[in-house]
Amino acid sequence: MIDNIPLNAFLVISTLMFFIGIYGFLTRRNLITMLMSIELILNSVNINFVVFNKFLYPNLLHGHFFSLIVIAVAASEAAVAIAIIINIYRNFKSIDVDNLDQMKL
Amino acid sequence: MSLNDIMFYLFAGSILTFSLLTVTSRRILRSAVYLLFVLVSTAGIYFMLNYNFLAAVQLTVYAGGIIVLIIFSILLTSHVSEKAVVAPVKQQIFSALAVAAGAVLTIMTIFKFAFVPSTAPAVDANVHNVGLALVSYNRDGFALPFEVISILLLAAMVGAIVLAKKEKNLESAGSQTKNNPDK
Repeated sequence: MIDNIPLNAFLVISTLMFFIGIYGFLTRRNLITMLMSIELILNSVNINFVVFNKFLYPNLLHGHFFSLIVIAVAASEAAVAIAIIINIYRNFKSIDVDNLDQMKL
Repeated sequence: MSLNDIMFYLFAGSILTFSLLTVTSRRILRSAVYLLFVLVSTAGIYFMLNYNFLAAVQLTVYAGGIIVLIIFSILLTSHVSEKAVVAPVKQQIFSALAVAAGAVLTIMTIFKFAFVPSTAPAVDANVHNVGLALVSYNRDGFALPFEVISILLLAAMVGAIVLAKKEKNLESAGSQTKNNPDK
């Protein structure tokens, strides 16, 4: 199905997606949008693992399982991060990082 | 140009456009929806690579679970029409420069390196093979990572519940410490 598409095309997409995620992480001021940038970064890494598995080691499934586990880690990370964000909002009434300059009320 | 190529470039274009929109959109709820489009296009790429189980997991866990969680928390912490605060222009320019430099460097490295595609017979990643590999403990089995990730998910779930739980006696505890002469 992917005979005509070179490996580099996939790698370029995932590289661009990774750096777009980093740009979002650097410029966003809201905790939830920063979390979404992290999801972009994790997703681009997943594409890399899967593509290397498919093109370079098609007789194994290691990259496939690695991205499966990264997806699970991303899910648990998002759950804990959102719990922390909701707790911060409850205490500070804001989730902009500029306002969060103390760890405790 | 075959249909497969067209599909691939369609997915690639939508991934790049929507991830740019995710990090630049001023409205938080809209950028969550753009992130959903990015994740669905990624699932399309997994389908093109013949990893159907991974694509299904991507659609259910990422597009179904994480996006819903993010949208819930957006609705809990901000108004729908609220616009996100943007960074100063100077910081945006410097971030864009640093990111562009990193991207150019990485892409140059990718094109300089000669990847040799393997011609080994591809293993079929259907649900049967994936399930067998997840619970077998021989050389190509993943029983230990599977168990570790299940414990991690359990711990994260309990931790998230404990963190987000409302503390009912917060007020009384605060007044007690205030009244306590030792503090």
